[in-house]
Amino acid sequence: MQVPAPFEYERANSVDHAIALLEQRGSEARLVAGGHSLLPMMKLRLANLEYLIDINDLGTELGYLRIGPDQVRIGALTRHRDLLESDELAATFPIFRDAERVIADPVVRNRGTLGGSLCQADPSEDLSAVCTTLNASCVIRSSDGERVVTMDEFYRGPYETAVEDGQILTEVRIPVRPGGSSAYEKVERRAGDWAICSAGAAVWMDGSQITDARVGLAAVGPNTTGIPAISDALRGQQPSDELYAQAGAIAAEHCSPATDMRGSADYKRHLADELTQRALRRSVARITGEGA
Amino acid sequence: MQVTLTVNGDEVTADIEARLLLVHFLRDHLGLTGTHWGCDTSNCGTCVVWLDGEPVKSCTVLTAMAGGHEVRTVEDLEQGGELDPIQQGFMQCHGLQCGFCTPGMMMTARALLDRNPNPSEEDIREAISGQICRCTGYSTIVRSVQWAATHDGDRDSAVAAGSTS
Amino acid sequence: MTVTEPKPAPEFVDNDQKPVGHGRMLRKEDPRFVRGLGRYVDDIQLPGMLHLAILRSPLAHARIVSIDTTAAEAHPKVKAVVTGAALAEQNLAWMPTLSNDVQAVLATDKVRFQGQEVAFVVAEDRYSARDALELIDVEYEPLDPVIDVRRALAEDAPVIRDDLEGKTDNHCFDWETGDAAATEAVFESADVVVSEDIVYPRVHPAPMETCGCVADFERVDGKLTLWCTSQAPHAHRTVYALVAGLPEHKIRIIAPDIGGGFGNKVPIYPGYVCSIVASLVTGKPVKWMEDRTENLVSTGFARDYVMRGEIAATNDGKILAIRTNVLADHGAFNGTAAPIKYPAGFFGVFTGSYDLQAAYCKMTAVYTNKAPGGVAYACSFRITEAVYLVERIVDCLAHQLDMDPAELRMRNLLKPEQFPYETKTGWVYDSGNYEPALRQAMDLVGYDDLRREQAEKRERGELMGIGVSFFTEAVGAGPRKDMDILGLGMADGCELRVHPTGKAVVRLSVKTQGQGHETTYAQIVAEEIGIPPDDIEVVHGDTDNTPFGLGTYGSRSTPVSGAAAALVARKVRDKAKIIASGMLEVSVADLEWVKGSFQVKGDPTSAVTIQDIAMRAHGAGDLPEGVEGALEAQICYNPSNLTYPFGAYICVVDVDPGTGQVTVRRFVAVDDCGTRINPMIIEGQVHGGLTDGVGMALMEIIAFDEDGNCLSSSLMDYLIPTALEVPDWETGHTVTPSPHHPIGAKGIGESATVGSPPALVNAVVDALKPFGIRHADMPLTPSRVWDAMQGRPTPPI
Repeated sequence: MQVPAPFEYERANSVDHAIALLEQRGSEARLVAGGHSLLPMMKLRLANLEYLIDINDLGTELGYLRIGPDQVRIGALTRHRDLLESDELAATFPIFRDAERVIADPVVRNRGTLGGSLCQADPSEDLSAVCTTLNASCVIRSSDGERVVTMDEFYRGPYETAVEDGQILTEVRIPVRPGGSSAYEKVERRAGDWAICSAGAAVWMDGSQITDARVGLAAVGPNTTGIPAISDALRGQQPSDELYAQAGAIAAEHCSPATDMRGSADYKRHLADELTQRALRRSVARITGEGA
Repeated sequence: MQVTLTVNGDEVTADIEARLLLVHFLRDHLGLTGTHWGCDTSNCGTCVVWLDGEPVKSCTVLTAMAGGHEVRTVEDLEQGGELDPIQQGFMQCHGLQCGFCTPGMMMTARALLDRNPNPSEEDIREAISGQICRCTGYSTIVRSVQWAATHDGDRDSAVAAGSTS
Repeated sequence: MTVTEPKPAPEFVDNDQKPVGHGRMLRKEDPRFVRGLGRYVDDIQLPGMLHLAILRSPLAHARIVSIDTTAAEAHPKVKAVVTGAALAEQNLAWMPTLSNDVQAVLATDKVRFQGQEVAFVVAEDRYSARDALELIDVEYEPLDPVIDVRRALAEDAPVIRDDLEGKTDNHCFDWETGDAAATEAVFESADVVVSEDIVYPRVHPAPMETCGCVADFERVDGKLTLWCTSQAPHAHRTVYALVAGLPEHKIRIIAPDIGGGFGNKVPIYPGYVCSIVASLVTGKPVKWMEDRTENLVSTGFARDYVMRGEIAATNDGKILAIRTNVLADHGAFNGTAAPIKYPAGFFGVFTGSYDLQAAYCKMTAVYTNKAPGGVAYACSFRITEAVYLVERIVDCLAHQLDMDPAELRMRNLLKPEQFPYETKTGWVYDSGNYEPALRQAMDLVGYDDLRREQAEKRERGELMGIGVSFFTEAVGAGPRKDMDILGLGMADGCELRVHPTGKAVVRLSVKTQGQGHETTYAQIVAEEIGIPPDDIEVVHGDTDNTPFGLGTYGSRSTPVSGAAAALVARKVRDKAKIIASGMLEVSVADLEWVKGSFQVKGDPTSAVTIQDIAMRAHGAGDLPEGVEGALEAQICYNPSNLTYPFGAYICVVDVDPGTGQVTVRRFVAVDDCGTRINPMIIEGQVHGGLTDGVGMALMEIIAFDEDGNCLSSSLMDYLIPTALEVPDWETGHTVTPSPHHPIGAKGIGESATVGSPPALVNAVVDALKPFGIRHADMPLTPSRVWDAMQGRPTPPI
């Protein structure tokens, strides 16, 4: 098995301590939480660093799931497993449980965290698509204090986020609105694989009318793709197969997939369409009580 | 750097490089070679051990990160000379052939049964879906876990049932 | 003269699983594995042991301009750094392959595939060894690589093997079998001819344990001990003796527990030779364990055949002839393990399970800038390719004739009275009774109901497929007059010794990697000499204390070594009978063998157990005239033929029309491996092979980009099925013993890997029938299925 190059290890005992260490060590320092994004890259020597700052002890400060009437707040150190198992979260945002079921595998989910996944910023990363779909914001703390950014602002490019040197993602905030539900659809070549394409959808309805809808795609562009054009097309409409097909067509237009071992660009574009439709349909079914 | 952790109930202190992976610490420093490794990308699961009671891939955990925590390996399944029902189940139901993935599979299965004493076939397949077996085709692993589930808490009769122990 | 009092025979579990008793007994080897006490190569720690790491080429084809090892040598924990130039001085830079080609141990002039070995370091620990690799500076002059196998023989193709004298192209060998003219005549006059291009992509056995060794050269004795992941320790020992100039009696190969082989652990890899050299140079034990990337990128791959299959038939579905043209990609060196006379292994069984009037195959093998290999992954010497070809092309014929594929096969299967059956390519199938196997599979799966369900689903636009495959394979290599690897005949030895207290040890020439030999061989011997399996120790893997043989692969253990075990046990029993006659003071003719004891016919109270006889054989007092003391025997078994297991597989898949995802709903496998030794172990072997089939049919491929970069260099990219991709397997069996095998057993290890890929591909193509396509190549990933649904199935290469 491949092994990392040498580095120094430190353990943070608080968020402020972690930030202080990051500032001291500079750009050659990285945080490690679950480690299942970073450590494999270090073993393959694709990521080389001098200082590794372990934040796994910061569960009290950063590992939480607070579900309120207007907002859900999730600490960055919350493990995938907890996101999967929380019935409250599943009731509020079914998209989380849908996605977590198909993220990595059960053993990796014991370690991996929300923050780690978002900060890796892999274009195929599922929770990024979930957060984009739900219009989440990210709280980034530094020694200067906190700032809150949108998902669009959070992603600057493949593997690049707004978390700069000396900063740490502490929390993800998701607005809660009545009359909504959500769903996630992913196609992969095999369990545990990265998505060939996945689509998250969130829909809000008032009676039989859609008041708002959001779709987020993964693996079909440099970063998670949120598609405002779909929201525009769906607002004020009644759900129907034609409407879903319309949304799917927009999704297919608004992504830039690349041909690779997972699939051809044409196929991925087709999936963007197909999965958008499925995710929307399922979200609506959950609102109207016709489906799970 | 120095690290102290508990392995199979015993406290262990060692001087290690920060980059030493937990799987190598267990195997090469402690001689607990029941935990294996088989890939470079955290996919195969032959390295699964427990960290604070939960299955983790020990190839993706630094020994340093396990400092102050509890690790449990396959060597700890047998207690007081009695095999765990999981181990019995794997023997009874031909859940292993080459044996290389087996410790990892059993550690995950043990954790599953501790949380879900009556798992469905789907639950079992899901639980082991992050681990690869090249030999068995998984049906016998599922049956092994099901056997253990029906014999859990019944160690004495489980021991008697095997033709070899 | 005293007669030993008859003692009660030990508890004998007489289950009904004759002719080999103890049927489904639990495995004797399991107790150590479930305790994590298996002893694999990487578990071995020796005092002063050093670690070896190999620097590999990042380029597929390049000249080596220079190698600077000074920085690596200066690393405080590094003990040695060795390049090809240094090995060349000792004539060790090149070694023979199992196909009579040569392969570089460390590259000297050029690198010829990405991942090829260029240099190695030996260091105090594996982490330092890995660090030191980065300190070696290699300057390469890139050359154009040959990656597209179809262009390997193009006029302007760069020559890869310029190490071979006079080589001006990338041609490896030509091969043909069958009768070209006769086949052409049949095709000319046939009602129906169907042709199809069928690719069996490059795949990899990827056992969970990678390859590796610990080499310990003891200077004073001059003895080399090599712990190694080897499926054929004796063959390896002889090759090292020939190659490294070490006297063979000073080489000991120990294959301990092996974490899966599947053919991947048959070849001798450069890493082993490097470790031996390292131990010689440093005077210390040296361990080398490859990582997974090295395993996938540089060790023995499997398949990589580009085939054109043609089938000729009458209008009412009588198959007349099969013809095929094959382009075989052998990588940079011809490293396939193949009996010398069979460079394409046993591909000749592409005639399948049918009675043909004619058959012909023309094959061209070429070199490319990829890893060497070809025969691996339960490949039975190319039988996987042959069976895939015939079962796919038969389905294409069914498609053309609009005939049910099971029905078409039923009409053409060989009949039991035709056996032994000589195929049009010269293979003599020993025994077979095909129709009942196919009927059983159809019954178990509920074939007619499934076709009805399929019809209903098709009306609703749902995609459901049913795939049938019937295979006959040839295993158990093989008769020494025809079959040898590097001049070593494929006959195997076996030794059995019964101790004074009636326990026994049987020593094997083969080496299990999970197939359960410690149990099945004890069962074979137990059945012959009446000593319970738990009282029989099975010894294998150590060349110092086991008889010579060619190892375990190609499902050859049961047919060859299993036969040897049965026969050597009978030799022991024959000797025991004579001793018994002396003990009971009767003539040999008056004795009969009953469950572990010899009894005087008609007087069961006058009996001696095998345990009594064992003690007598070692005890004081005379033995009958001409009988030596001790109770043991030795044999070398030369099989008279291969054996021919067969099976009928039926698979049901559902394809998501919106995404192309394939779900394997059910898989029924009916196998006939002749006499069944341990049904539990047989089922396990079948389940494992079926899973291989799902892997290859749906997701496995070793792929390259046009520069020769391997795109499948980790388990994140080389996808292997998990428990979620496979159904609960359903198995059945028939028993048609092999007439020439002492217990009628044929072997089962590779059957399912052979028979399942065509069943799965046939099922997916069947599901896509509404889209009018007749063939789609593996791997049938969702994207490739979707392409097929658009009417443009493409080959994977």
